[in-house]
Amino acid sequence: MIAIKKTKSVYQRLAGLSVVRAFGSTMGKISGGLMILLVFVAIFAPWIAPFDYASQDLLNANLAPAWPHVLGTDEFGRDVLSRLIYGARTSLSVSATAIFISITAGMTLGAAAGYFGGTFERVVMTVVDLTWSFPDILIALIFVAILGPGLTSTMFAIAIAYLAQFTRLTRAQIVRLKNETFIEATINLGAKPRHILWRHLLPNALSPVIVVGMLAIGDGIVLEATLGFFGLGAQPPTPSWGAMMSSGTAQLFLAPWVIIFPGVVVALTVISVNLFGDELINSLDIRERMRED
Amino acid sequence: MLIPVSIAISMVVFMIVHLLPGDPIDNLLRIGSSPEDRALMVAKYGLDQPLFTQYFLWMGAMFQGDFGQAIVLRRPVIDLIGQNLPYSLVLGGLAFAFSSIVGMLLGTVSAVVKNPILERFVRGFILLGSTVPGFWLALLLILAFSVTLGWFPVSGAKNWQSLVLPVLTIGFGGVALVARVTRVALQDAMREDFVMLLHAKGLSPGVILIKHLIPHALLPVVTILALRIGWILGGAVTVEFVFGRPGLGSLLIRAIGQRDYPVVQGCLLMLALAVMIGTLIGDLAQASLDPRVRENKS
Repeated sequence: MIAIKKTKSVYQRLAGLSVVRAFGSTMGKISGGLMILLVFVAIFAPWIAPFDYASQDLLNANLAPAWPHVLGTDEFGRDVLSRLIYGARTSLSVSATAIFISITAGMTLGAAAGYFGGTFERVVMTVVDLTWSFPDILIALIFVAILGPGLTSTMFAIAIAYLAQFTRLTRAQIVRLKNETFIEATINLGAKPRHILWRHLLPNALSPVIVVGMLAIGDGIVLEATLGFFGLGAQPPTPSWGAMMSSGTAQLFLAPWVIIFPGVVVALTVISVNLFGDELINSLDIRERMRED
Repeated sequence: MLIPVSIAISMVVFMIVHLLPGDPIDNLLRIGSSPEDRALMVAKYGLDQPLFTQYFLWMGAMFQGDFGQAIVLRRPVIDLIGQNLPYSLVLGGLAFAFSSIVGMLLGTVSAVVKNPILERFVRGFILLGSTVPGFWLALLLILAFSVTLGWFPVSGAKNWQSLVLPVLTIGFGGVALVARVTRVALQDAMREDFVMLLHAKGLSPGVILIKHLIPHALLPVVTILALRIGWILGGAVTVEFVFGRPGLGSLLIRAIGQRDYPVVQGCLLMLALAVMIGTLIGDLAQASLDPRVRENKS
């Protein structure tokens, strides 16, 4: 038996080194810091928010930003800052859960298609390519229409809208890895397919998928906001960034801050996710592997 | 490939729409109608037939250009589409042209000019364009140019001024995308050996750029542009909604709300068709630009 030196697994590399290294540059520090701040705000919303997100105060409706309502109030006199802080909870959790579902399903489909090939692969990839050529907002709209408006259907709609991306990416990774020498060697050593898939192929395919998943959380936040804006996402009084902008449209001329600030927050979130994802791609050195075909 | 895909799409569209909860008949019946009235109405629109039969009836009619009767609006779907399609085509076409031209220019400039400030500006613009939600940008533009400055109308589609803001909104994301792809493609092309040879031959940088680099870099750009035709239509959905313009997008959103099956089916099929035609055009353009693809095909 040849003694094989135990090296660090991909999981450890991902959790430790690369993420830490991604914080190395100035961009990484700013964007990563912003992301951590957002998650922190979302988790501790009840302790941070200066006001209750749902309490109405009609006497103080449509107030311009000033102390104590730092970002102003909406048409019901609700504090915009507090609603933004609670909205972070809705937006982040919906998008993150959706992308988690999407990654799990997409990796399963993609790995199976890439590993087993044949008719199964052709059928899966035809369907996936079909949905991939459709704009994500259209796919999400169709599924929200089927499931009815609400946060749960928004979540599934986002998950389905990005499923194709993860399936394609995972399949590409598996197909590429399948022909590598070390997999051939493992097969020759008598490893079973399940062992190869779980122990060798999937861990190696993981890092690009995780990074794309992180970037997709940003896209998911925009999609959630868009659906919310159409009135198909979070229903009142649940605060969500998209729904805030939707209710603000009627007040566009009276109280533009109700629309401006949620948009700024969405944009900042997505930008920091993108920048940090970029740093992560560099520090993992997987830019070449991000291709889907 | 195009035919099986179209059939698959038509089946998916047909099935999806029949899974929608709610029933358009409910919207049509007057309050207090008897179950018999309801059965009569169901039979009139063929909703009592098995799904399979409904599909073939629908497909058969489709080939004759008959998309069925809109249940809520009570007009032929083909009329509704015909009425709304031109608005979407004009908007989509202009946005497409705008994002291609400005995007390629911006991408080329950012790849060629070695100026750190300009470089940062372009990179920032690309980042903003690909992350800012379209409907929010639309609202900001309305706020700035329609409300404050009063240059353009807030909504509607009466004259050319009403096109400016929607085109800018869709185009913003498109410009960012095209600029990014152009930039990367040009930078890749500059590293190729043949470009070094051209420099060694003493050709001027401008000639190299126009005669050799740009044709070489055009390939990925054209591919992305063709793939994005569907996405521009998707952008049009949101933007038409915000600006209150007629078009396929606003027709679709309204029809989903009213559960008007035939209209939803018609709109989705048109959009799917547009996506596929876009991909086809992309393939053809690729073939005419890339001798390798051309020879493989023949």
